[in-house]
Amino acid sequence: MENNAADIRKDFPILSHTMNGKPMAYLDNGATTQKPESVVQAICGYYGGCNANPHRGAYELSVKATDIYEDAREKVRGFINAPSSRSVIFTKNATEALNLVAYSYGMHFLKAGDEILISIAEHHSNLVPWQQVAHATGAVLKYIYLTPDMNIDIDEVEKKITSKTKLVAVTQVSNVLGLINPVKEIAAIAHKNGAVCVVDGSQSVAHMAVDVQDIDADFFAFSGHKMLSPMGIGVLYGREELLDKMPPFLTGGDMIEYVEEQTTTFAELPQKFEAGTQNVGGAAGLSAAIDYLQDVGFDEIGRIEKDLVDYALPKLRELPYVELYGCDTKQDNKTGIITFNVKDVHPHDVATILDSEGVAVRAGHHCAQPLMKYLGQNATCRTSFYLYNTREDVDRWIEALKKVRKVMHLE
Amino acid sequence: MSGLADIYTELIAEESRNPEHRHHIENPDITLKGHNPSCGDEITIELRTKDGIVEDASFTGVGCAISQASTSMMVGLIKGKPVKEARRLANLFIGMIKGEVTDDDELDDLEDAAALKGIANMPARVKCAVLSWHTLDDALKEKE
Repeated sequence: MENNAADIRKDFPILSHTMNGKPMAYLDNGATTQKPESVVQAICGYYGGCNANPHRGAYELSVKATDIYEDAREKVRGFINAPSSRSVIFTKNATEALNLVAYSYGMHFLKAGDEILISIAEHHSNLVPWQQVAHATGAVLKYIYLTPDMNIDIDEVEKKITSKTKLVAVTQVSNVLGLINPVKEIAAIAHKNGAVCVVDGSQSVAHMAVDVQDIDADFFAFSGHKMLSPMGIGVLYGREELLDKMPPFLTGGDMIEYVEEQTTTFAELPQKFEAGTQNVGGAAGLSAAIDYLQDVGFDEIGRIEKDLVDYALPKLRELPYVELYGCDTKQDNKTGIITFNVKDVHPHDVATILDSEGVAVRAGHHCAQPLMKYLGQNATCRTSFYLYNTREDVDRWIEALKKVRKVMHLE
Repeated sequence: MSGLADIYTELIAEESRNPEHRHHIENPDITLKGHNPSCGDEITIELRTKDGIVEDASFTGVGCAISQASTSMMVGLIKGKPVKEARRLANLFIGMIKGEVTDDDELDDLEDAAALKGIANMPARVKCAVLSWHTLDDALKEKE
């Protein structure tokens, strides 16, 4: 199967670059992934041969640009099995998608005394917008905490949800713990209690097959750049009847029907939520990325990531000074994210020392400060695998880790 | 980037764990928090100034070895110095990390903190080194 990895790596020329004079082990895929040649070519192809403002010009080039943009939307629809392309809205990233829901849905349909329920493992992008909604509307923000093995406790969801709960927001995979949450069950509990369910798919769509209808999510958000696509393109899926009754998020060009001096009527979905000239090159890249992912297949991607986690964890557990977080799940729900600390060494120093060995990992609070506090840590290191990583990358990482305490004069 | 051994010298590694200046002081007239939101480093500097002199100083907080060593060295350096001199040293240190001041004779005034000179070649860690010095400069600005 390593041959397969070699084939995949050929599609990502950046992976053969060096870092600090060492072969690079890029293990920060939770932050952003590298882009295959086909995605880079799709972006270049759009700007090199098809660029015009879509939905506007009555000329062939503009029609071509419109087709590329709308074909990408249809590609995304199929990718997440949305019921219609009207329910697929392009955004800048998951953060903008979640803010769209917070501002257009939360600010308008929630009121004082209502409750918002989110998990303690949310990324700031699925947490801060809900704080804002709570502050502005007088709604109460409540948290679902975790089981000892760091999973969302379904009993806790049942316990915390009430008839006042109007919105439940959870991530499908935590960007720190790397555990798959039971979002389908959570959505069912939300619906049973009359709440809508918002799912953050930023750390899931690139790694597992996602079906928004099967989950029965009311809103589902993700970023393109964490799934082989360029930065600056993201997606919000929303249930059509909800999107229809929500006011626009941003207003201006392209999202209108008629504009009078004092009033405006708005365009139909999805244009209603896509004000101004959109990122068509990004959409072209996203479309090519989906092709690439479907070509490799999620069974294979899952197999590669699991192999790397299963290979790395026993080696890490042999190092008495390495502390692991979210690695003791009793369910079969671990993705390719391993969060850790080296005893007595700050994660930034660990990351600097790994960097000097060509190993790229993330260090810090991972935009999840409430979770860090819950874990009792100020910061952690995070390694996150993707389909082009190999056991050699893991070996480089572990070997570099073994040097950390020596460099810090602790041994 | 410069060699790791130039950055994580024994001096810096040990200073980062040195408890000497890591405590609270009595009756501080200035308490200022410095924070790197992107990485979570957080330090609080306490100062007691009298007649234009930094009579006592200390710090508390969490962060990487570079930020902690840098802060500890800074506190040791400015204790007992005139406010004006402490600000001059803060700006000298910031200039060194920005790579603007490279003359070793000039940097001698920074004493142990001059050991962090190599950070100038590590853009990813500049913020860690300068956090406390910026915080100090902000705190003392009002006292001058």
